[in-house]
Amino acid sequence: MKLMTAAKVTNRKHIMPGYNLLRVHAPDIAHSSQPGQFLHVLCSDTLDPLLRRPISIHTVDKDRGTVSLLYRVAGRGTAMLSDYEQLNIMGPLGNGFTLPPANSKVLVVAGGIGIAPLYFLLQKLSENGSVADVFLGASSAGHLLRIKDINELGHSVQVATDDGSSGYHGRVTDICSPDFISGLDMVYTCGPRPMMRALAKIIKKHNVPGQFSLEERMGCGVGACLACACKTRTGHPEEFTYSHVCVDGPVFSASEVVWE
Amino acid sequence: MRTDINLGVNCAGIKMKNPVTTASGTFGFGEEYAHYLDLSSLGALVVKGTTLHPRKGNPPPRIIETPCGILNAIGLQNPGVDIVVDEILPRLQQFSIPVIVNISGDTPDDYGLVAKKLDQSYAACIEVNVSCPNVRKGGMQFGSDPAAAAEVTRVVKANTNLPVIVKLSPNVTDMVRVAQSVAEAGADGLAMINTLLGMKIDIHTMRPVLGNTMGGLSGPAVKPIAVRAVWQVFKETNLPIIGMGGITCADDALEFIMAGATAVAVGTANFINPRATVDIIEGIEQFLVKNGYSDVNQLIGKAHQ
Repeated sequence: MKLMTAAKVTNRKHIMPGYNLLRVHAPDIAHSSQPGQFLHVLCSDTLDPLLRRPISIHTVDKDRGTVSLLYRVAGRGTAMLSDYEQLNIMGPLGNGFTLPPANSKVLVVAGGIGIAPLYFLLQKLSENGSVADVFLGASSAGHLLRIKDINELGHSVQVATDDGSSGYHGRVTDICSPDFISGLDMVYTCGPRPMMRALAKIIKKHNVPGQFSLEERMGCGVGACLACACKTRTGHPEEFTYSHVCVDGPVFSASEVVWE
Repeated sequence: MRTDINLGVNCAGIKMKNPVTTASGTFGFGEEYAHYLDLSSLGALVVKGTTLHPRKGNPPPRIIETPCGILNAIGLQNPGVDIVVDEILPRLQQFSIPVIVNISGDTPDDYGLVAKKLDQSYAACIEVNVSCPNVRKGGMQFGSDPAAAAEVTRVVKANTNLPVIVKLSPNVTDMVRVAQSVAEAGADGLAMINTLLGMKIDIHTMRPVLGNTMGGLSGPAVKPIAVRAVWQVFKETNLPIIGMGGITCADDALEFIMAGATAVAVGTANFINPRATVDIIEGIEQFLVKNGYSDVNQLIGKAHQ
């Protein structure tokens, strides 16, 4: 009914080796999506590969009624996605980012393909007149995505690469200096778990709130199968529960997550 | 829907308006899918495995894709029977379909206590899970021993007047023996099959992928095993069977019905197509029309004739 649709693919691009951008015509989704939400995409019309792939919404164009997905080709399923004229998608699913009040000091940290949902957020921040500092981290220069577009939105970008091929030689969390972090109102991030864990530790020390977009192997996407479990805190300091990335997230408060 | 075609079945005393239901654990408590289909169109709704106390479930990863299937190790995460009885079941009344509650426990007494709490609830039937491969205690431990499965069945029967369906594990030498044993213990019906115990190793980390090491295999990959199991058990017992295991379309469902299933449950396919159940109901009706049948009951066990 309302959340599953066959969407025509209107554009497909290999933007860098291993990274694809797909645009689909889905006006309802384009109008109702929030940054941080995702689509659950069927990648085969046979039974193999079987499961849908959760892919975050990269950007929307409400006038054209299109939704763009930027994703890393991680395996057979994602490799097939660019083969079709039409994609069966469910969404928008999950809870997205909450935008900060105007004039907030905001840091956005993206690790690799983690920029995918954050770019949509950066667009919204621009629309609200907010300027963010954006730290992009990747293994090497070839995995840094969207720098030019982020600059065009009016945000300032700093880069770190593991191999030093661009920007700071080291981890993106290493360029988060205490003075800088302590002056922030909000940190948004998406990236590999070790990066997010390190960032959570830094912002906790300076009492800065964070909205972290998490990933976990997912089944249904609607909270039915309970597969995409994420360890989170309850009211009691000694206790934890398993929340679910698809319906409780993918965006969680950094302080809510048990980072192990 | 055509009025000259009967899709209704009576399964273990539950009147279903069509033979299609959901496999426990793949459909939450139904509400999760209410945006995608009209739940009241289902023959029955089988909800998530429920235990006496709330359960956290297993550490992630809890799911991994395999060829034409998935391995899962959720670990019976659920809010506990009190929340199910007091909050969830009353909300499901609006859909006016039989709700079957799947139950699990660490001991036979646990099953009995859960059954007792459900007895006075909106539940139409209890499905006894003696076949979960993903919990340390209970579950498959009971289902792999005919005497233990019968003991759990007797305890549940003693604590409820609701029909009792026992869900069988395929991870045994002889499913027929377990089926006969629970039949003698008073089961009103059988559900089969639960998942097959399986495993996947990540060759890069050189470790098992699932947080629980092993998991249950489901999806199209297991369908031939499930059809065979229904066939064998149908021949050797008189209990109605809810058949399941890799059903994704009406053709699959019909195979189970012809093997001897009175009703069928759709599981993994819900993740791929949230409307799989309703598509299958339509497909069964079309098959009947096309082949000159007026009643789905005419096809139950047809392949044995």
